[in-house]
Amino acid sequence: MKNGVNGVALAVFIFFFLAVTVMGFVASRWRRAENADSLDEWGLGGRSFGTWVTWFLLGGDLYTAYTFVAVPAAVYAGGAAGFFAVPYTILCYPLVFTFLPRLWSVAHKHGYVTSSDFVRGRFGSKGLSLALALTGILATMPYIALQLVGIQAVLDVMGVGGGANANWFVKDLPLLIAFGVLAAYTYSSGLRAPALIAFVKDALIYIVIIVAIIYIPVKLGGFEHIFAKAGHAFAAENPATGKPRGSLVTAPQAQWAYATLALGSAMALFLYPHSVTAVLSSRSRNVIRRNTTILPLYSLMLGLLAMLGFMAIAADVKVKNGQLAIPQLFADVFPDWFTGVAFAAIGIGALVPAAIMSIAAANLFTRNIYKDFLRPDASPAQEAKVSKIASLLVKVGALAFVLTMDKTVAINFQLLGGIWILQTVPALVGGLFTRWCHRWALLAGWAAGMTYGTWRAYDTPSATQDHFGNTNLIPFIGEKGYIGLTAFALNVLVVIVATFVLRAVKAPDGVDQTKPSDYTADAGDPGVRTELPPATAGAPAGH
Amino acid sequence: MSEPPEGNRKPVVTIPLVVAGVCLAIPFAAMLWVGSYSRVEPAFIGIPFFYWYQMLWVVISTLLTVVAYTIVRRHERTVRAHRGGEEQ
Repeated sequence: MKNGVNGVALAVFIFFFLAVTVMGFVASRWRRAENADSLDEWGLGGRSFGTWVTWFLLGGDLYTAYTFVAVPAAVYAGGAAGFFAVPYTILCYPLVFTFLPRLWSVAHKHGYVTSSDFVRGRFGSKGLSLALALTGILATMPYIALQLVGIQAVLDVMGVGGGANANWFVKDLPLLIAFGVLAAYTYSSGLRAPALIAFVKDALIYIVIIVAIIYIPVKLGGFEHIFAKAGHAFAAENPATGKPRGSLVTAPQAQWAYATLALGSAMALFLYPHSVTAVLSSRSRNVIRRNTTILPLYSLMLGLLAMLGFMAIAADVKVKNGQLAIPQLFADVFPDWFTGVAFAAIGIGALVPAAIMSIAAANLFTRNIYKDFLRPDASPAQEAKVSKIASLLVKVGALAFVLTMDKTVAINFQLLGGIWILQTVPALVGGLFTRWCHRWALLAGWAAGMTYGTWRAYDTPSATQDHFGNTNLIPFIGEKGYIGLTAFALNVLVVIVATFVLRAVKAPDGVDQTKPSDYTADAGDPGVRTELPPATAGAPAGH
Repeated sequence: MSEPPEGNRKPVVTIPLVVAGVCLAIPFAAMLWVGSYSRVEPAFIGIPFFYWYQMLWVVISTLLTVVAYTIVRRHERTVRAHRGGEEQ
């Protein structure tokens, strides 16, 4: 790292950070309902968000600071393989279009706050819902931790944090402050805080990327030159593996991996608790569908952003830690004040998803652990209270994770998180369309998928270490593919076989609370809860 | 897997709905067939085919989703109007 603090960049960064902090606290009054003491209000923003708020919220939620740092970093490190993020985000929207409106409808009809609530209602199984809730919480924690890694990368490059000689307190103080503030306004404003801040975050991100994608290539002598230089760099041998560092297009033997990573990640993305939370906070089915037609704008941006990885190579950015490649590129080529804007974009880009993720994890804990197992008679106000405290604990946990453990641990767990979340597909998505699967079969399939996925991932060396790679040979196909998807196939197989067996021995089937018409209900239908706050009560719901 | 019986309202699968389904399925065929776009030429303003082609598909798949959205919304409105008429 460079020595010394970049004063101008830091001043701009702090300015935006303060502005966002004020917004976070003011947000509690934004579109406030009369009775704010329930989980629907704190944890789902009153289920009142329209198309645009949902768009910003989901965009701020899914395309996180870590994404913005990690995707170009992957391209910087290996070229084409890192670009799978683009087909991944292309494929997730047709999937979302198909199943999430059904989840929205059934959740509104029955007042479900989390996806595990739905599973409990559909299959009448607290055990299955607990398994899925734990999977969600476990997968979300390292994800929050990675948001901190994003902020740390930016602070490092700005020279804040005192370098290697400072003691741990000085070093981590900026991070502690940022997270303390985040925790405070999430506690007081709930989901409304990240929804409001998402506007600033996305505006900044769009400005930075548009400027970067025009300004940097012009400065570096055009795309032709950039890719020529990158191609040259990738051909050079990696001393660790003895193979070329990367390639500009996927090699034939890497195509299965590319496709399965894209598909598997697309299937998992919207089952993360924080995605479900954002989706359920929207006010009608069509808000979700309409969002699948405007969210791809972020995918386009992600593609452009991935190109920055090549630009970092062409600009001769040399970093030991790949995560720093893009912040360093910005610091090298932009004037100081705009570097500050870019860093603020990344920093705030970490706060929004961290807030939503901690709310989502807290909702899971409150509804599917606290209420289901500890206090079945908890009142809505108690639920909101427990959730607020749980959101603090989740953040403290994530902070402890980052401060005490090596960064690669968070990255490994996030990778495992993707594999784990994929194992909730049969119960969740399957459950939205059919009740054929037996609840115990779903639990068995989940356990099989989790075990296989974790074991295989542990057994697979990655580019930089002996464990936690994400692609390995697929049995019976003999090509390398995404472990999560292989585990998912095993999961489905177990579910089908076990269902046949359990049905044959007439194992007791749980009670299904839902009716087929619940899955297509829309705002305004009889029995669907419309909880529009007074400010928007007159607005038409969705059409 | 078999669907549970739908009670009083059977879902109607119409030709437009099939078209919507096809629109949603096309991006999968295009993106999962990696061999079809895994090459450098033809480049566009210096960007290899591999990259600009996938970015182009962001736009194409969005348009396909818009078509599906229009079809599904129209379908739901008809069903709703129909159902409303029955109940009153």
